[in-house]
Amino acid sequence: MDNVLNIIKDFTQTYHQKLISLARAAENSLNVLNISDEVKNLKEEGIICDLNEGNAPYRPRYIVVDFEKFFKNGSDFLRLNPPNDIWEATNNLLILYKHIPSITSFPVYIGNIDYLLEPFIEDEKEAYKAIKLFLEHIDRTITDSFCHANIGPKRTKAGEIILKITRELQNSVPNITLKYSDETDDDFAIEAVLTSLDTAKPSFANHDMFIKDLGENYAIASCYNGLPVGGGSYTLVRLNLAYLAKKAKDEFDFLDNILPYAVDVMANYMDERIRFLVEESNFFQSSFLVKEGLIDKDRFTAMFGIFGLAECVNYFINSNNAFERFGHGKYANELGIKIIEKLDEEVKKHKNNFCKFSNGNFLLHAQVGIDTDKGISPGCRIPIGEEPELPQHLLQSAPFHKYFPSGIGDVFSFDVTAKNNPEFILDIIKGSFASGLRYISFYGNDSDVIRITGYLVKKSDIEKLEKGEQVYNDAVVLGLGSVKNQRILERKVRKI
Amino acid sequence: MKAPVNKIIPFSSVDGPGNRFSLFFQGCNFNCLYCHNPETINLCNNCGICLEVCPKGALNIIDGKVLWKEALCVKCDLCIKECPNLSSPKVKYMSVKEILNEVYKYKLFLSGVTVSGGECMLYAEFLKELFKEIKNLNLTCFIDSNGYILFEEFNDLLNLTDAVMLDVKSYDEKEHIMLTGKSNKNVLRNLIYLGSIGKLYEVRTVVVPDVLDNVNNIYSISKMIANIDDKIRYKLIKFRPLGVRKEFSRIKSPTDDFMTKLKEIAVNNGCKNVIIT
Repeated sequence: MDNVLNIIKDFTQTYHQKLISLARAAENSLNVLNISDEVKNLKEEGIICDLNEGNAPYRPRYIVVDFEKFFKNGSDFLRLNPPNDIWEATNNLLILYKHIPSITSFPVYIGNIDYLLEPFIEDEKEAYKAIKLFLEHIDRTITDSFCHANIGPKRTKAGEIILKITRELQNSVPNITLKYSDETDDDFAIEAVLTSLDTAKPSFANHDMFIKDLGENYAIASCYNGLPVGGGSYTLVRLNLAYLAKKAKDEFDFLDNILPYAVDVMANYMDERIRFLVEESNFFQSSFLVKEGLIDKDRFTAMFGIFGLAECVNYFINSNNAFERFGHGKYANELGIKIIEKLDEEVKKHKNNFCKFSNGNFLLHAQVGIDTDKGISPGCRIPIGEEPELPQHLLQSAPFHKYFPSGIGDVFSFDVTAKNNPEFILDIIKGSFASGLRYISFYGNDSDVIRITGYLVKKSDIEKLEKGEQVYNDAVVLGLGSVKNQRILERKVRKI
Repeated sequence: MKAPVNKIIPFSSVDGPGNRFSLFFQGCNFNCLYCHNPETINLCNNCGICLEVCPKGALNIIDGKVLWKEALCVKCDLCIKECPNLSSPKVKYMSVKEILNEVYKYKLFLSGVTVSGGECMLYAEFLKELFKEIKNLNLTCFIDSNGYILFEEFNDLLNLTDAVMLDVKSYDEKEHIMLTGKSNKNVLRNLIYLGSIGKLYEVRTVVVPDVLDNVNNIYSISKMIANIDDKIRYKLIKFRPLGVRKEFSRIKSPTDDFMTKLKEIAVNNGCKNVIIT
């Protein structure tokens, strides 16, 4: 019980942060999952990691509510009627947000907010005020950076107002993604680029590619996770390819034996987590979100995460020559693709009946890492400090993206002079998507709001926390860890 | 047909609109005191002095010509620093096809191609052949020039060119000769001609405190621009002592206040699109 007392006495946690920590401690005092020795061993070795999802899953990790349906029907449970104006619309959303569970206890998806609010924009001045209060309310009450809003693909008045206010507020929450396609007109995209250089959001999602993989009705939630609307993901567990590599005699042993074994063990562990959540926790029997059709079990999947591909490949390459390592060398890059191809093949062999949305399969996810990862790169990313020039970087990265429908992305830091030529960045986005990139994020090197790995944190908040002061956003502590362990602030600044 | 290429930058944000593939040709008909890449001025005379400083043995003389082995090069640039001839042993003679192969790799990411230098108009015939092919890729073609060669004599090339970015380094002829070694008569003639046919994207002037009469330059050049088309972009560039010759490395950059003052002069003269970099 030391842990519980430590939480209570922690000076840097706010009251609400303590409550969540205490709930987590209570959950973790249980031992109800049927976990094999093989899973236990790989977990202890740091090869399988469930990202502190808890010992007794009682809510899906990521819930992606169908907000359009909520607007159409209102909610009996919450005694809300369908909204009639911008004030009712934003108010209804803010109420529902407080009732959406997730791994963080905050909603990880808050809707395609421009499309949701567009029908209610009559007087622009009034809409501006309503949306500004709405976004401010979100930042101060959904105090977690994994909260994600979507906009686009088409330009709307609401979308323009949201971008303008986003630049003014300089908040870290919500994270925002612009679903980008041919339907997005250039002027709106340029506004989004300028907003991103100012305050690290929105990111850009390859809309056509996501539709092809997940259908029209998808959303980007949490960091950059592509998931079905009206559903979500039961769980996300990740495989540490960097550590797993060390168990192999050579790359052939890795591909033929070690990787298939680890995929099998991890998939079984995910099965068990899903089984408890669906069959024992009663979430899908009791939640009003299910009863009112805002989510549906058949629209859920599960995310099979990996990270540390770069270090895995470099372990087999065993070379200090920068031109031979992952991200640079032809052989290394091809080995990276071979490993992901094999991973895809093995993960697809496994079936779970609860993942109806994805035909019984788990969806691959290039996990962005957690604060305590030291010297291991996110997903398939090239390590910070070894980044090639931008053109080579994008062309190297693109071939990996098609394997990861539930999320993969690259982050670039641009010198502020890019603001003089935002078309330059839009060209890069267009080229990236045409080359098969799924998701791209960037920020200006003078921003206060910065992208850590997938989520946003204010640099000024990191400084406060480091001095031992409380901050209201619970992700700042993760950002601080990542700055220390993953050299986030040393990302190559693109000055071209 | 081949032309000497000093450098290729596949993604550039500062050589025209959008993302551009920038191609820097070797050789220049000016010799500016403040040149930021003086190694692009002359063609290599194969003296071989650079061989002595290369730490990796990437340079050899074969049949009297300096040859650069790119695979061995570590880009330390000691060869360039040592060159007494304002040149570089790393220049590649490239054909239109070889350049196209490079452009093709990055085509999806580009708005277009910008040719620069050195002075790219020394290779106007080559540019014509190159632009014909670039146009087939649906990319725009921009020329970055010092304006010494008269564009009116190359209308075939101009027909293939979307726009020109022109350096006007000084309004005063004597000062221009002092700075570049050549008169500015053609430069100003080009400014008027290119402006009149709607092919002038941008005019640039580098601001150098104490060396140039900056106020007079910006005043007179901006007046000319505004008379032609007030929407033409006028870019005022701060001199920066990076990459310049030793004699110029002690000259200071202009202050932000001074740059803002110059911008105001240009705006007051009617220029609608003035930027400072």
